Amino acid sequence: MTRAELLADDPLWLILIKVVIVLLIGPVMTIFLIIWERKAIGRMQQRPGPNRVGPGGYLQSVADAIKLPFKEQIIPAGADRKVYFLAPIITVIPAIMAFSVMPIGPEVSIFGERTVLQLVDLPVGVLVVLACSSLGIYGIVLAGWSSGSPYPLLGGLRSAAQMISYEIAMGLSIVGVVLYAQSLSTGDIVGAQQTGWFFFLLPFSFVIYLISMVGETNRAPFDLPEAESELVGGFHTEYSSMKFALFFLAEYVNMVIVSAFATTLFLGGYMAPWPISLIGDNYFNSGWWPVLWFFGKTFLLLFCFIWVRATLPRFRYDQFMRIGWKVLVPLNLIWIVLIAGLRAIRGEAEVSTGQILTFGGIIVLIIIGLSFVFDRGRPEEDPDQVPVTGSGYPVPPLDLEIPTAPKRKAVRGRNRRRPATVGAGSEGRTDAEKESNDGDL
Amino acid sequence: MSSSAALAQGVQNVMSTGEATSFWVLGPLALLGALGMIFAKNAVHSALFLVLTMLCLGIMYMVQQAPFLGFVQIIVYTGAIMMLFLFVLMLVGRDSSDSVVEVLRGQRLAATVLGVGLAALVVTAISRALTDVTPVGLQGQEANGGNGNVENIGRSIFTDWLFPFELTSALLITAAVGAMVLGYVDRHTRGRKTQRELVEARFRGEHDRPSPLPGPGVFATSTSVATPALLPDGSVAPESLSRLIDSVAAEELHEERKAVAGTSHTAEGRALNPSTREGESS
Repeated sequence: MTRAELLADDPLWLILIKVVIVLLIGPVMTIFLIIWERKAIGRMQQRPGPNRVGPGGYLQSVADAIKLPFKEQIIPAGADRKVYFLAPIITVIPAIMAFSVMPIGPEVSIFGERTVLQLVDLPVGVLVVLACSSLGIYGIVLAGWSSGSPYPLLGGLRSAAQMISYEIAMGLSIVGVVLYAQSLSTGDIVGAQQTGWFFFLLPFSFVIYLISMVGETNRAPFDLPEAESELVGGFHTEYSSMKFALFFLAEYVNMVIVSAFATTLFLGGYMAPWPISLIGDNYFNSGWWPVLWFFGKTFLLLFCFIWVRATLPRFRYDQFMRIGWKVLVPLNLIWIVLIAGLRAIRGEAEVSTGQILTFGGIIVLIIIGLSFVFDRGRPEEDPDQVPVTGSGYPVPPLDLEIPTAPKRKAVRGRNRRRPATVGAGSEGRTDAEKESNDGDL
Repeated sequence: MSSSAALAQGVQNVMSTGEATSFWVLGPLALLGALGMIFAKNAVHSALFLVLTMLCLGIMYMVQQAPFLGFVQIIVYTGAIMMLFLFVLMLVGRDSSDSVVEVLRGQRLAATVLGVGLAALVVTAISRALTDVTPVGLQGQEANGGNGNVENIGRSIFTDWLFPFELTSALLITAAVGAMVLGYVDRHTRGRKTQRELVEARFRGEHDRPSPLPGPGVFATSTSVATPALLPDGSVAPESLSRLIDSVAAEELHEERKAVAGTSHTAEGRALNPSTREGESS
């Protein structure tokens, strides 16, 4: 039976169990992620991080999660109350929903019922994740707008532009995977990676996906919608209490979603990694073991999120958009044309890898040759040219010789004045001596 | 596979309970969204109601066994297009009301004619769909002529309907490029200059003064932007007072300004001029 048929046979109680688990994975991982992030960043910055609540401080985020809903809720007077109330809800629900299509494991038996560890396996599962992320943006944009103050509005505008642009890059990097797996269903995509994980078959798509997933989740170094140094708190400046907690939750659940999605698309999903997969005729790829591999890979990617945040400074907004539109999207398009062409050639005729490499090399050589033919050369440098700044004003040359300073007369002048102050006695004298010493130095 | 084929056969004219329920939930919601979009006073609320309608339509497509269409509807229409609408509306500002002046002449008449035409078109299409077309199930691998729903869509877009598809994309690209061209032309015709052009114009004497206006007198004696800056002779630099703050604080500052200028009988002017006080005390 295929995955979809197995899932269609699930009894109601099993579906309910899965729904509850899918609902809980996000919040539980969020609580763990927050404390993990704070600890990891603390270690990278050579400080202990939170160490008061619980053993080693590891219950800190539980305490925070209990505290946040009990704080006072403040709704600004200028806020659009209905939209202000709706925005955090709109952010959270799609984020949690997206986890329902992630294939966490293969066929297992739960209380004697054969099923697969996945809530639904839609024929268009990949699109579900994209749709959920595109709906989640609404929450952020509306939060920024409805707060009725400028900083959140700027944050909301930034996030709208940012997430739309990076969703395009993300969607294009998924196209390569779909071409290779020949299916839009997440279960089939994992199944198609039996022979080789897509991250080395499609290295380019993988790298672009990794970059755009950081942009998509508003995380450092791409956290421009909530840049503390520029926009106070960005879109959630005016939010407090549970509503703020929901934004926090959504951000971390989104991190988990994109990491789990990257695992599914590129890192072989729930399949055991290479050296382990050789043991005992792939024993570790059966039963409940794959859950471990799935979450292991997800946590590896989540650690990369934390690592990147601790390492890289924030981008400037225009640079960030330029990378998205002028680098990631065009490169992705070229890459898609390349792999689509390769697949078409392979599908049409019996062509060996050697032939493809030969012809590919010849084409690359021709392109390089053409670029030499049409090269107009560098514009000739004028040796007498005055170097100018960007605005066209002249600047002093780098080898400017600074004339030596004339001998200092101020010190001598002060010495000459000294006898006049001596009369105040021995104390005044020492002061004056000090002064003259200072002057000599 | 036989079960799905049977489903495809049985789908002809039967509506399942789940489908009926979802229709009666989603239909009113979609209608509510459409009406709300027309009657909402706030433009952003209007856009949000439209999003609701589009979401309901997307879910209806999914219920009608077209999940690809449903999710694409959500991603493209609600996700991208409505987001751009919102983007523009937010930039316009929340309190801006519609202008009642008609810019385009006769647009109401044209809109009525075109609207009636569109309505006629839609009604004809729907009536044809209800009478002439026999419904075909979309579920399963062999549905609708084999290969399943998603594959069938891909096949017909890239084989039978390739030219219209490319034509549509060309139309969209033309529109995008056209919008950009118009945007750039606008900048030059309206005479918005670059920073460099502005500087040159200033030094040519086309503006009042080559330098920016002097800042306020935010020095040791005051941190308020309403404090006037002082010229070297102790008098107030009139240009340092903001036009915006003038209306609020000019009256309050009147005494101080007179004092600083030395035209009043009080000696408060020294408060803004520390050097005089020092000279007096020593």
